[in-house]
Amino acid sequence: MTVQELPGAAAYRPTPPPAWKPLTDPAPLLPDPEPYRVLGTDAVADADPELLLRLYAELVRGRRYNAQATALTKQGRLAVYPSSTGQEACEIAAALVLEERDWLFPSYRDTLAAVARGLDPVEALTLLRGDRHTGYDPREHRIAPLCTPLATQLPHAVGLAHAARLKGDDVVALAMVGDGGTSEGDFHEALNFAAVWRAPVVFLVQNNGFAISVPLAKQTAAPSLAHKAVGYGMPGRLVDGNDAAAVHQVLGEAVARARSGGGPTLVEAVTYRMDAHTNADDATRYRVDSEVEAWRAHDPIQILERELTGRGLLGDEGIEEARAAAERMAAALRERMNADPVLDPMDLFAHVYAEQTAQLREQAARLRVELDAEHGQDDMEEGR
Amino acid sequence: MTTAAATAGERTAKAKPATMAQALGRALRDAMAQDPAVHVLGEDVGTLGGVFRITDGLAKEFGDDRCTDTPLAEAGILGAAVGMAMYGLRPVVEMQFDAFAYPAFEQLISHVAKMRNRTAGAMPLPITVRVPYGGGIGGVEHHSDSSEAYYMATPGLHVVTPATVEDAYGLLRASIASDDPVVFLEPKRLYWSKADWSPEAPVAVEPIGRAVVRRPGRSATLITYGPSLPVCMEAAEAAVEEGWDLEVVDLRSLVPFDDETVAASVRRTGRAVVVHESSGFGGPGGEIAARVTERCFHHLEAPVLRVAGFDIPYPPPMQEKHHLPGVDRVLDAVARLQWEAES
Ligand SMILES: Cc1ncc(C[n+]2csc(CCOP(=O)(O)OP(=O)(O)O)c2C)c(N)n1
Repeated sequence: MTVQELPGAAAYRPTPPPAWKPLTDPAPLLPDPEPYRVLGTDAVADADPELLLRLYAELVRGRRYNAQATALTKQGRLAVYPSSTGQEACEIAAALVLEERDWLFPSYRDTLAAVARGLDPVEALTLLRGDRHTGYDPREHRIAPLCTPLATQLPHAVGLAHAARLKGDDVVALAMVGDGGTSEGDFHEALNFAAVWRAPVVFLVQNNGFAISVPLAKQTAAPSLAHKAVGYGMPGRLVDGNDAAAVHQVLGEAVARARSGGGPTLVEAVTYRMDAHTNADDATRYRVDSEVEAWRAHDPIQILERELTGRGLLGDEGIEEARAAAERMAAALRERMNADPVLDPMDLFAHVYAEQTAQLREQAARLRVELDAEHGQDDMEEGR
Repeated sequence: MTTAAATAGERTAKAKPATMAQALGRALRDAMAQDPAVHVLGEDVGTLGGVFRITDGLAKEFGDDRCTDTPLAEAGILGAAVGMAMYGLRPVVEMQFDAFAYPAFEQLISHVAKMRNRTAGAMPLPITVRVPYGGGIGGVEHHSDSSEAYYMATPGLHVVTPATVEDAYGLLRASIASDDPVVFLEPKRLYWSKADWSPEAPVAVEPIGRAVVRRPGRSATLITYGPSLPVCMEAAEAAVEEGWDLEVVDLRSLVPFDDETVAASVRRTGRAVVVHESSGFGGPGGEIAARVTERCFHHLEAPVLRVAGFDIPYPPPMQEKHHLPGVDRVLDAVARLQWEAES
């Protein structure tokens, strides 16, 4: 049925809604259809060899860190460890692209990014060891606490970046989130705030294929996660997350844009989680070996190594050197993690409020009495 | 610049009726004028001045960057406030209505309340979350919840609620000055209550956590806060005829809880009724009654009673009068304090 057939339609003249105009031109915001790559393409000619070598050394160290931390779970030294093996390029590029004054907002899987930014490797693990919620002072390295609830750190990054800009500081916040985390409401709210406020924030989605067991196709019906940016009015960028040079370049451009007042960017890095979700997960229940093998052939360390050796920038000696440095880091980590942390139960009451409430003072005194009694008991049993 | 004494003199001269809403607005203004780190953000807080006009004029005086109309997203507002506080600002967040703060619970509980603890004291978050709460204004669903029990159950948050014009100013200033996050519950049905109070006169800014005796008495204590204070004051006056001399304690702060003032009062009177309008089951009254019993057992002549809202979702406005504890229910409870042990 056409409009003309409607009764009384002859008198009806459709007009556009008053004053309609789009707020933003969507065209420049749309991501490219293919993930951007540098390694193995012509673009590599522009890449700084020194940066590539630095990325390589950090990637090798990062992978060793993941292996060591996973081994520590088997020895009961860590309660749990979510490995980022396979995702090292994203982790390292995120850390290296930032200036010292910038802030990193990691998710719970991004230990490696925090360590690459300079955080003590043991302090980065205290959350997962279980002795402290956050082992470090966030202001010291400008790394927010590793965040366990999904996507809740994203609005924090927006608020911090906004505050910095209000103060006149050219600080950028880079916030990391997984593909599953993009379904959370906080992801939406953070992107929207960032775009409306033109906050200097870069959102990095590591699309590693799964949220625990749930594949991307059950997480979103969008063409890509980078497409989500357009609806908020910020550019979306799609990058090969296993290409360290490409991730570094795309993040670098996004950071520069944010710093110069150009507002936020959403970067989706397409990567793969080689290990299970955590040491406690059985990945064979939800994915097939052939898929894992295909990604193994696109390993971030291998493709960078091939590029560097092929161009004569890296030889056997250099490879050996990177591995030896990684081994030294692992040995030191192992040794320090094998020492039992010294805990003071009275710390439980120390940092709830600036000033302890009467209730907490009372409860602390009660625990003190219990602890003293326990010690007395121990002393008696040991015949002291 | 006048001296403090001279200013105080002028202020007394200027004292005239002011509403709680005006006192709250004044507190925000003075805090913003005093400390450039104080930022107000929320839905409609700018041009409109908030749906209750508490933030009226702030955007004009301090600019959009200091008093900001945000997108409509409570988790985003509070989450952004977390980041702002991490960078050294002191955000004051307005939640438009009690029941619309619930989308922000994740941010409040998982981050606002825990950041100091999580970072072993390295990163306190001085955030004030203002929540207009409670019923009695004829609001439709989601506009009358009393959510204090949820906040009270979360360690790391201070929970305060003024019942007078003076306290609205003083407690809000103290909350904004606090290095810990404060959930500042505003009894919206008292927004238009008035007192002779010069907006220029800084009433004593008391540290958070002290209850106050609003009416001394000898025969029983009414323990209350926020919107139920006027109800209890009225009940106390009415009870005189029945021969009851009631003491009324205004808690002002639910966390921290002032056990001292409350227990001292109950020890004097030997009897106590807790009065609040949020639901009784799992509500603040249970906690308060237990604390009083633990501290005053040997002084008690009767069990500690509770007068609370029913254990129902907040009723529609035409029915809310049945839900809200009024003077009669308080007096009934007082009558039941003539406790006789069952034989
Ligand atoms: C709000 C919230 N819901 C559920 C969980 C439990 N959980 C932990 S990790 C995870 C999957 C996250 O997937 P994704 O965001 O893709 O990150 P990835 O694990 O792949 O790095 C879930 C459901 C959580 N941490 N937070």
